[in-house]
Amino acid sequence: MITFDDVELRHDGRIVLSGVSGTIASGSLTALTGPNGSGKTTLLRAIAGLHPLSGGRIVRHGLEPADIALLAQGSQLDRSFPIACRDVVALAAPRVGPFRQIGRDQLAAATAALSRTGLDGMDRRPVQALSAGQFQRLLFARTIVRDARLILLDEPFTAVDAASTQLLLSVVHEWHAQGRTVIAVLHDMDMVRRHFPHTLLLAGQTAQWDADTGIQAA
Amino acid sequence: MLDFLLEPFTLGFMRRALAGCLALSVAAPPLGVFLVLRRMSLMSDVLQHGVLPGIAVGAIFAGLSVWAMGLGGVVAGLTVALLAGWLARRTGGREDSQLAGLYLLALAAGVALIAGRRGIDLTHILFGNVLAVDDPALFGMAGVATVTLPVLALIWRPLVLESLDPGFMAATAGRGGLWHLIFLVLVVLCVVSGFVALGTLMSVGLMMLPAVAAQHWSNSLAGQVRTAVLLACLSSVAGLILSYNLDIPAGPAIVLTAGALWAFSLIAGSRASLWRQAMPDA
Ligand SMILES: Nc1ncnc2c1ncn2[C@@H]1O[C@H](COP(=O)(O)OP(=O)(O)O)[C@@H](O)[C@H]1O
Ligand SMILES: [Mg+2]
Repeated sequence: MITFDDVELRHDGRIVLSGVSGTIASGSLTALTGPNGSGKTTLLRAIAGLHPLSGGRIVRHGLEPADIALLAQGSQLDRSFPIACRDVVALAAPRVGPFRQIGRDQLAAATAALSRTGLDGMDRRPVQALSAGQFQRLLFARTIVRDARLILLDEPFTAVDAASTQLLLSVVHEWHAQGRTVIAVLHDMDMVRRHFPHTLLLAGQTAQWDADTGIQAA
Repeated sequence: MLDFLLEPFTLGFMRRALAGCLALSVAAPPLGVFLVLRRMSLMSDVLQHGVLPGIAVGAIFAGLSVWAMGLGGVVAGLTVALLAGWLARRTGGREDSQLAGLYLLALAAGVALIAGRRGIDLTHILFGNVLAVDDPALFGMAGVATVTLPVLALIWRPLVLESLDPGFMAATAGRGGLWHLIFLVLVVLCVVSGFVALGTLMSVGLMMLPAVAAQHWSNSLAGQVRTAVLLACLSSVAGLILSYNLDIPAGPAIVLTAGALWAFSLIAGSRASLWRQAMPDA
């Protein structure tokens, strides 16, 4: 569960969001929507502990940083880096560090995550050789191996074709079925209505919970 | 012909220089590969000039002791490296003009400090002098190589992750800054340890040129590291032979050789080379 208590967020002193209060239940599936520049990315980063609050609090109820996976918008991943897909994914496994090797288990998990996201047989493919859509699948595979309890997706379906979107959406549903909490920034209201039981709409510097978007509870 | 190749190494100081340069050829190029991949090549410029004032101050206080000059160089190198990192963050990535200012300043300060001292030859400090590779200098190079390799192995994965995706690193493990700092310390140690044999301006060449060249031969990180080490070892051996026979300082001779290998890689390498671009199907 994540509780927002009168949260205020600023960029360079300018208020982006204020007076955000409410809760996101454990294991819920929430769509975060709102026009460009309404603060969706900033709010997700604040939930992940990557953006300081200028007011209020976010209570994470025992979620550690390692329990949170953020699939960032405009990932900083250097796509010219000479590294194979499987290694990118394996490096994201929890508890990879200086004294901890990437073991056979982690490599197997990376391979499985790649095939779950439709990148079968791409284990040794350099990241340089991926199309934009394939790259987004790779970021999903990396999120899978994080094995996080809270998963934050920032515009995860941008630059992804319809077939890939269906596949990645099924991954999101699988996370939901596994009891993980998922919050996804989305623009496609039709998708929100069909697949996301809860919504958080940002507009005019504040948040509106489960605003009427014609949602049928799922 | 055989004389040309082997005679240099019948001399004790040449053998010492060879041992030291080979040690550095194994340790420095892997760091260079990371500098290239992280688009921090300019950092090597900053360092090669930045260590100079420190070496000068060490020499002023302790005479021509390799240890004192080395220590001064390490302190100065770390200072400019951290300053450069800070400037880079302050200017949001538009730091190149600031960095140029920084290293010009350091170079001028170093030259001014050294020029007035009798008994210190500026050319030797800038371009190296194999005759001066005594036991402390050799131990310095070998010692730095001995430290660099295991430490690099230890921080390898976090460093790869930090270089590949700093945003992800910051969001997960957090301590990206620590690995970066350890990495910078290793870079500074390698640049400084090579200064007796290669000179401050040239020792960076042994780190960077093989790394840049290696990009044209492999598209895996491990492959680039292996290639860079191989090219650096080749450059060291060939450069010292040239240096002895043609009577040019070791630093420039080794860097010229490394530069020739780089030019060859750029033209004929198996990846992103001019040859490949001209004949995509070859
Ligand atoms: N790095 C930044 N520096 C200053 N202002 C920013 C920065 N990032 C975003 N902003 C501003 O904060 C507001 C919210 O941005 P963001 O959270 O990225 O919106 P969204 O993700 O909903 O499009 C926007 O008005 C944007 O201009
Ligand atoms: Mg955004």
